Amino acid sequence: MDEKNSHSAFITVIGHDRVGIIAAVSTLLAEAGVNINDISQTILQENFTMIMSVDLSKATLDIKALADRLEAKGRELGLSILIQHADIFHAMHRI
Amino acid sequence: MAKGMFEDFEILETIRMFQEEHLDVRTITMGISLMDCAAGSADETCRRIYDKICSRAERLVAVGEDISREYGIPIINKRVSVTPISQVAASSRTTDYAVFARALERAADNVGVNFIGGFSALVHKGYTDSDRRLIASIPEALATTEKVCSSVNVATTRTGINMDAVREMGEVIVETARLTADRDALGCAKLVVFANAPEDNPFMAGAFTGSGEPECVINVGVSGPGVVMKALERCPEADFGELADTIKRSAFKITRVGQLVAREASRRLGATFGILDLSLAPTPAVGDSVARILEAMGLERAGAWGTTAALAMLNDAVKKGGTMASSYVGGLSGAFIPVSEDSGMVEAVELGALSLEKLEAMTCVCSVGIDMVAIPGNVPATTISAIIADEMAIGVFNNKTTAVRLIPVPGKDVGDHVEFGGLLGAAPIMAVNPFSAAAFIQRGGRIPAPIHSMRN
Repeated sequence: MDEKNSHSAFITVIGHDRVGIIAAVSTLLAEAGVNINDISQTILQENFTMIMSVDLSKATLDIKALADRLEAKGRELGLSILIQHADIFHAMHRI
Repeated sequence: MAKGMFEDFEILETIRMFQEEHLDVRTITMGISLMDCAAGSADETCRRIYDKICSRAERLVAVGEDISREYGIPIINKRVSVTPISQVAASSRTTDYAVFARALERAADNVGVNFIGGFSALVHKGYTDSDRRLIASIPEALATTEKVCSSVNVATTRTGINMDAVREMGEVIVETARLTADRDALGCAKLVVFANAPEDNPFMAGAFTGSGEPECVINVGVSGPGVVMKALERCPEADFGELADTIKRSAFKITRVGQLVAREASRRLGATFGILDLSLAPTPAVGDSVARILEAMGLERAGAWGTTAALAMLNDAVKKGGTMASSYVGGLSGAFIPVSEDSGMVEAVELGALSLEKLEAMTCVCSVGIDMVAIPGNVPATTISAIIADEMAIGVFNNKTTAVRLIPVPGKDVGDHVEFGGLLGAAPIMAVNPFSAAAFIQRGGRIPAPIHSMRN
C-alpha cells in the first residue's frame, strides 16, 4: 500500500442542505485533530453532497471512533456522513 | 474538483455501489488445516479440532468488522473452512463421525462465524474406510448441527466419476431430508456433491480446505450482481462487444475491493492470502439477482431461449475483468445460479420460464451447478443420483467445477413452496422428470476419465 496515503481518508456528507453543515463537521474534525485538505460541494439529484479530503496523521481518534462520531453527528443533522480510508478509492479507480 | 487524486464522481460511484447496488464482500473465509489434530481417539481429536479453530479464528470476526468500518465496505459473512474431516478423523477409532461435526459447531459458536465448512470427503476415485464412515454420518451430522456444512467430491476430470458414490449420495440426500423433515429438509441446503471441487473455495456450503493449502489461509469471495445489472441498465442499446466491456469494467472494480479486503484481512490475522473468488453470488434481496442481469441483457425471463448464451457471456466477461484486477483468482469464480437464493430465479420458476433441464444447460457455462433447488419429497433416491450423475458428467467432460445441492422436501410437491429463511431464501418445488434411472444407477463402478484428461 502506498505509504503517503496511509493517513488520508474521504468524508462524504449527503442529505438536505441546511445552514451550518460545514461548520458542524469541521468543528468535530478540528476537535479530533483531523486536518481538512480539500472540500467540494455539489447538488446531486436534489441532494446536497459534500466531499472532504482529510489527513488523519495527527488525529487523536482512530478512523473507527471518528466514524462513530460522524455518524452520530449525521443523525443529529438528518444527514448521512461517511468516512472511508482512501485506499478503497485507490483500489477501485486507479490501476 | 480534484481531491488530490480522485474526482467527486469516482468517490460517489464507490458509495453508490456499496449503498444502492449491493456491492459487498460476501465472505471472508479462513481456511484452517486440521492435519495436526488427528489423534488416536475421537475425544482427543475433537478437543484438538475445537482448540485449533478457536485459537486460529479468534480474531476473524473482529478483524472483519474493523475492515468493514474503516473502508466503508459491507462484509456480510465471516466463515471458517477446514481440512476434510474424513482425513482428520481417520485414526480416531470411532464409526460415528457426527461427534466431529458437533465439535466443529461448538468451535463455530465460540468464534462467532455463521457457517463452518469441511465435514467432507474426497472420493472421486474411491473410498477410504474413513470416507465411508464420514458419508454414513452426514445425515445425523447435518440434523444435529446448524452451522456445519458438508461436501463430497465424487468426480474429477482426471479420474472420472465414482458412480458408487453417486448412488450413495442420492440415498444420503434422501436420508438427510428425512431427518430434517420438520425444517423442510434444511439439512440438504448444507450438503453439496461436487465434480472437480476447488480446494480454496470460500463460499458455503461447499467450502473446505484442501490438503495442498497452507496452515492458515484467507480466501475472500466478492459479490456484485447489482452493480453489473445497474451498469447494463445504463447501456440499453449496446451491442455485445460493448456489453462485455461494461461487465468487465464492473467486475474489475468489484474484484479490486475484494483484493484490498483479502490483503488487509490476511495481514491483520497473520494468515496467508490465498485467493479471491470473483463469483456473482445472488442473495434473496431485491436488486441482488443474477436472473435480473439476464433480463437486463434483453431476455423476458431467466430460462427463456438465449439464457445459456447470455450467461456464458456474463460469466466470461466477469472472469476477464476480475483476472486483471487480482493475480490470485481462484475458488469457484463464476456466476452462481442458486434458485432459492435469487428472487429473479424464483419468479422465473413460478412463471414456468425456468425448468430443471434449462438450469442443467446453464450449468455448462457458469460456475457451480444445480444449486438450492427444491424438488418433491417423493422423488426416488436413484433419480437424485441420476441428476447428480448428469451434473458430474458436465463438470468432468468440460473440465470445470459442477455441484448439486438438491432439497427433496418430504410431504411437498410441485406447486408447494419452502421457506429456508435468511441467505438461503425460499423456493417453489420444481418438477422432476418422472422416468426411472434406477437400473442405470445400480450398475455401480466408475465412469472412466474422458480422453482429454490425458494431457501429459
